[in-house]
Amino acid sequence: MTIQHYIFLAVALFSIGVIGVLTRRNIIIIFMCIELMLNAVNLLLVAFSKMHHLAAIAADATSKAGSEGQIFVFFIMVVAAAEVSVGLAIIVMMYRNTHSVDANFLNRLKH
Amino acid sequence: MSITHLLFWFLTVLALGSALMVIFSKNPVHSILWLIAAFFAISGHYVLLNAQFLAIVNIIVYAGAIMVLFLFVVMLMNLNSAAIPMKNKWLGFAGVISGGCLLLVITAALKDTAVMRNDVLMKTGDIGLIHNLGMVLFKDYVLPFEISSVLFLSAMVGAMVIGKKD
Amino acid sequence: MSNLVYLVPLFPLIGFLINGLARNSLSKGLTGIIGSGVILASFVVSILLFLQVKDGNTVSVVLFDFIKSGKLDIPFSFQVDQLSSIFLLIITGVGFLIHLYSTAYMKEESNAHFARYFAYLNLFVFSMLLLVMGGNFLIMFIGWEGVGLCSYLLIGYWFKNNDYSSAAKKAFVMNRIGDFGFLLAMFWMVQQFGSLTFGDVFSGAEKMEANNTVLTGITLLLFLGAAGKSAQIPLYTWLPDAMAGPTPVSALIHAATMVTAGIYMIARSNIMYTLAPFTQGVVAVIGLATAILAATIALKQNDIKKVLAYSTVSQLGYMFLGLGVGAYTGAVFHVMTHAFFKALLFLGAGSVIHAMHHEQDIRSMGGLKKHLPTTHWTFLVGCIAIAGIPPLSGFFSKDEILAAAFSKHVVYWVIGVLGAVMTAYYMFRLYATTFLGKFRGTHEQEHHLHESPAAMTLPLIILAILSAVAGFVGIPEVLGGSHKLQEFLAPIFAASSKLQHPHAISHATEYMLMGASVGAAVLAIIFAISRFSKRPDMQDATGFGKVLQNKWYVDELYDAVIVKPLGRLSDLLNNIIEKLGIDGAVNGIGKLVNYGGRQLRLLQSGQVGIYLLMMVIAAFVLFIIQLFVK
Repeated sequence: MTIQHYIFLAVALFSIGVIGVLTRRNIIIIFMCIELMLNAVNLLLVAFSKMHHLAAIAADATSKAGSEGQIFVFFIMVVAAAEVSVGLAIIVMMYRNTHSVDANFLNRLKH
Repeated sequence: MSITHLLFWFLTVLALGSALMVIFSKNPVHSILWLIAAFFAISGHYVLLNAQFLAIVNIIVYAGAIMVLFLFVVMLMNLNSAAIPMKNKWLGFAGVISGGCLLLVITAALKDTAVMRNDVLMKTGDIGLIHNLGMVLFKDYVLPFEISSVLFLSAMVGAMVIGKKD
Repeated sequence: MSNLVYLVPLFPLIGFLINGLARNSLSKGLTGIIGSGVILASFVVSILLFLQVKDGNTVSVVLFDFIKSGKLDIPFSFQVDQLSSIFLLIITGVGFLIHLYSTAYMKEESNAHFARYFAYLNLFVFSMLLLVMGGNFLIMFIGWEGVGLCSYLLIGYWFKNNDYSSAAKKAFVMNRIGDFGFLLAMFWMVQQFGSLTFGDVFSGAEKMEANNTVLTGITLLLFLGAAGKSAQIPLYTWLPDAMAGPTPVSALIHAATMVTAGIYMIARSNIMYTLAPFTQGVVAVIGLATAILAATIALKQNDIKKVLAYSTVSQLGYMFLGLGVGAYTGAVFHVMTHAFFKALLFLGAGSVIHAMHHEQDIRSMGGLKKHLPTTHWTFLVGCIAIAGIPPLSGFFSKDEILAAAFSKHVVYWVIGVLGAVMTAYYMFRLYATTFLGKFRGTHEQEHHLHESPAAMTLPLIILAILSAVAGFVGIPEVLGGSHKLQEFLAPIFAASSKLQHPHAISHATEYMLMGASVGAAVLAIIFAISRFSKRPDMQDATGFGKVLQNKWYVDELYDAVIVKPLGRLSDLLNNIIEKLGIDGAVNGIGKLVNYGGRQLRLLQSGQVGIYLLMMVIAAFVLFIIQLFVK
């Protein structure tokens, strides 16, 4: 499989996530779609790391050239976890104050 | 078609289908479950690329911990089939169309680049093994690793402070 | 002596500065002394210059380089030759007498306004001196504009009166129309001859053959300028209205000096006019027409100053007639004699007005002979002079012009004599109505009648003497004289004289011409005196007389044809182009920005969903731009 396939897959997943963020009104669903976007990116990174690894092995059989991509994915997951915990805490707080999870309810930025 | 290709296409269809169902389900709990299915499909892709460590971590952290957290929150809100009406059909269309446009434009941009020809090493390749990844992580990237622990600490404290009930 | 040349205009300039800047702190006596004293100083220097020039020298002085651009070099230079020195003497001499007269006439003004008057008057003399002393057309033009400005300032001297200010504006605007012609002529001269200095221009013109379009065009444009400045048809209507200014101003500016600037300019450019016979014809015809038209209007006027104003326009017409038939010396001679007797007449009128406490209508006067003796006999001398009765000066100068007109074309002579007869008639109508008969004013006025103070009567006497004897410098050969003036001015007109071949008139013919004109004038005088001393014109005129009294309705014609359409055009421009167009555009931009801002504000709805949508759209657009728009 060439990198082309992985790129299209990742971009498709990403844009599905974007559509979800723009279309849904429930804050929790929006948050989930953000996670979906992050995962699409992760997939792409891993694919690229293998691509570089392939190119590097052709020159030198023992090189470990593509591992940065996967390390990056690891850290993305770390950050995503932290983000989710804080984000959900905020959502819970919002629910406690307004008893609704409607995104449009939060138009306080207007004032 | 070798088995690798078959598996690749199967996992692709699974991932895309689950993602679409995520955004089209009415029930939030259903959305969460579909997302978990999508994560499994993506982990399958990781295995196919021989990124074993990441596959396991994806399952454990994302599907296992994060999604469970989502589920907790949704249960807390008691939103079953909260039929919140679509605020504005036009805005919905606008969202779909702009997302679609984004898809189109990125694929169009990347269509003819040279990098697209490169092959991806599937099924083999040492770098995805936990041994090698660990070596790289603790030798070259040990500082970000330690700082990420500080990040977690701050996230925990933040979550607790925000969630307090007074 | 050349280093004294710049003193002549310098003295009046100093007088202007002192009287103008220190006007709030000078007493009337001091102002009068400074104002008149500087003119006297200039007169003395002018006499010294005249003595030098008499021997045939020309004094040329370059003060500094004024304009030096590419090949065009116009220095700030003075040229004093025979023609300029005559004018210098007239301007400073008559000017001094008028300044002296003004110290008494304007006594009723406050100190500051009195000083303002003298400052303007000195500035006027300065500009007029620049005009006649200039060594090139540009310096002449600077003086030309300066006298136009001072005319405006002095006509509108009592600026609080709206009518007077309008008269001043009218004078200035009509002058400007003439100046436009002068400017175009100057540009053409630069293009044709490459310089504006008199020497260069005239030597260049001499080389051209007669009747070519360039010279005809330049001279016609110059004549347009002269018509504006010297009140010829069609630009003469400002002069009668200019009588709104104080009477000494009318005497100096609108009789003796400024209005003669046009004649000076044409006399100076005589070679160009001789080489453009078409323009000369135009000049003669317009001059003659103006002379007759103004004379007819003067027959029916009842304001003492208006009669004199129309008389001035008419006499200027004669001077232009002289220039047009090639009698350059005659025209300059008439300028000189006219300066004396017209200034005399105006100052005399001023004396009458002063005694009548600012009453100017002659129908309320009469019998002033016994109350104002000096004014009376000096005024009489002036009237005889203007009527052209020998041996007073008016006869010699007017006769010279009429003789030259006869040799050009008999019709010119006939009409000219007709005008002279009318001149005699209306001047003696004025004299008789004012000084003879019974007093027709109120008892109040009769009580206050008294002769004017010495400062006013002394100039009158001096001018009367000059009006009487000045003619003797120009006694023509036919009467046995040697025409000293013609000899004196010969170098100026030498180039023209070579080219002109006037018909020689035999002595017999000339005696006949003189006799005819003098005889007709005497008849007119007798008729006028006998009629008007007994039955003055009291009612308003009827029939054809009404047309004359209303100045042939020329002002009304100008108003309808020129002023009102211009007013409507400017209203149109104001309301449509200015208000809707320009203001609309400028205000419109403001309104557009306002509107745009208001619409843009709606983007900030506060709804996060919209913001996200906009983010995605922006990313999409940026991609497009980056990737596909190269």
